[in-house]
Amino acid sequence: MIETAGSLRQTPAVWQRLWRGRVPRTALLVLAAVTLAAIVGPELMPAAAREVSASQFSPPGPAHPFGTDLEGRDLLFRVLEGARISLLVGISGALISFFVGTAYGLVAGYAGGRLDAGMMRAVEILYSIPRLVIILVFINAFDKYLKEWMASSGMGGLVADSRVIILILCLGLIEWLTMARIVRGQVLSLKAQQYVAAAQALGQSHFKILTRHLLPNLLGIIVVYLTLTVPAVIMDESFLSFLGLGIQAPQASWGSLLADGAGVINPVRSNWWLLVFPAVAMCVTLLALNFLGDAIREAMDPRARR
Amino acid sequence: MFTFVLRRVVSLVFVLFCVVTITFLLIRLAPGGPFDRERKIPPQIEKALMAKYKLDGTLWQQYRGYMGDLLHGDLRLSTKYRDRTVNELLAQSLPVSGTLGGIAFLIATAGGIWVGAYAAVRHDRPADTLAMLGALLAISIPTFVIGPLLILVFALKLHWLPVGGWTGIACLILPAATLASPYLAYIARLMRTSMLEVLGLDFIRTARAKGLPQGRIVFKHALKVAILPVISFLGPLAANLLTGSIVVESIFNIPGAGGFFVNSIQNRDGFLLGGVVIVYCALLVVMNLVVDLAYMGLDRRINLYD
Repeated sequence: MIETAGSLRQTPAVWQRLWRGRVPRTALLVLAAVTLAAIVGPELMPAAAREVSASQFSPPGPAHPFGTDLEGRDLLFRVLEGARISLLVGISGALISFFVGTAYGLVAGYAGGRLDAGMMRAVEILYSIPRLVIILVFINAFDKYLKEWMASSGMGGLVADSRVIILILCLGLIEWLTMARIVRGQVLSLKAQQYVAAAQALGQSHFKILTRHLLPNLLGIIVVYLTLTVPAVIMDESFLSFLGLGIQAPQASWGSLLADGAGVINPVRSNWWLLVFPAVAMCVTLLALNFLGDAIREAMDPRARR
Repeated sequence: MFTFVLRRVVSLVFVLFCVVTITFLLIRLAPGGPFDRERKIPPQIEKALMAKYKLDGTLWQQYRGYMGDLLHGDLRLSTKYRDRTVNELLAQSLPVSGTLGGIAFLIATAGGIWVGAYAAVRHDRPADTLAMLGALLAISIPTFVIGPLLILVFALKLHWLPVGGWTGIACLILPAATLASPYLAYIARLMRTSMLEVLGLDFIRTARAKGLPQGRIVFKHALKVAILPVISFLGPLAANLLTGSIVVESIFNIPGAGGFFVNSIQNRDGFLLGGVVIVYCALLVVMNLVVDLAYMGLDRRINLYD
């Protein structure tokens, strides 16, 4: 097997190396804990915690470990709910960017020549438009249509989640650009390898060469980049929510909770818990993801193994 | 050399043209018009308004007219800030954003290169671990959390610096630090990786064998090569920072251009959006050209104009 940065054949060794390292193992455990808390946490909370109560802005205490917010809701419950949406947006957005970017990069790199030049020029042009502009125009333009379409096609139950869905689509459809560039660069160097020429000489179809021969050798770098895209998407979502354009009340994400918390800081009463707890939850998750991405990259780098 | 620059300028014009076209189509085809938000206005008045702002006629006529005006350097009237031209609005706010962004750019670049080089020299020692942990933290905390926290500590508790505004040099410190921190961290990470690689190369060993002091090896010999990946990141960074950041500008109450990206889309103010996008895109492409030229100046082996 050729020595490109991380191929599928090396995968078991890579996982072993990851699990033996202290940092990546901690990161994996933290991520597992956060995901578990996000999935089962809100279900375990007492029903009273979900409701609006009279005790607004009460500091952390036995009744409310994380304190309460402006409407007297329990912040722990809100943070756990926020984790659900933030993780969902991050993971699904990254997956969309993975499918689009990988397919685009594979085709551009493999086809080469004029098609490649044209496709990469298109990526360059999309790069030159501020991302925020594309995302906002998308949200503005399609939110209403999506809601109407859902209501008319018997998916009325999803209307409340339409914002989340449109956010996932937008962020996924923006983040693929970098993925496409990386994949294309790798394909360019891979397709010069002799085994690709051998497969072509044997008369294998282009599709099979792409999926059977090129894709497996790309998986390493794709996984690394995917781990780093998830935090990027979570960050983007929180940024949009902070601007009031992302997740909308009563739904919550870490970003919208942070925006609420940053809004009520004042010299008299800092209400620090509204900012600190969501910030800690989000930072710990992003840190773990970034650490994990770095560790996978190092574990797959043939040079680091010497 | 001359033909290289010429070719890049031609491609600059092409990219600008495409970006302007896409932006124009996006904002004109998105549902809703610039005058929708107000009370229902009589059709005659709406028609007169549309004519005043040159929004009448078919899409093609509008597009041709807009492109013609752009070629004359006229960015047209803003539909939100009535009776003010986009040229005027940008001339007022861009210098503010540019000053803040320029300072943040200097902090991020100088600080990032220094921290990264220092961490690489102290590889795997406490200083390195600490610096890289700090860098990951700075990347994982959104600016809209860093900003309010800095305000809380330095303005509200310690009273060292003003809370916000745009009245003097002291007002620049907190926003510039907030704006620069994630980029500083990113550059430090890039710099460390690349410096580590370069410090392992043969010519560094030769320099060591000759008995050169560590400082000269790092700053005179290694830095010149190791800085290349950082340089290529500086193009997009400059375009991003100089056009302003809505988050930092709204937190610190600074009258810059960052908010235009978001507000103009919310208000369907197509010509204002066009103006800021043109500035952003032109900056991006010009900065990338500067970066490529700097690249060739630093590393004579690289020759991009063949």
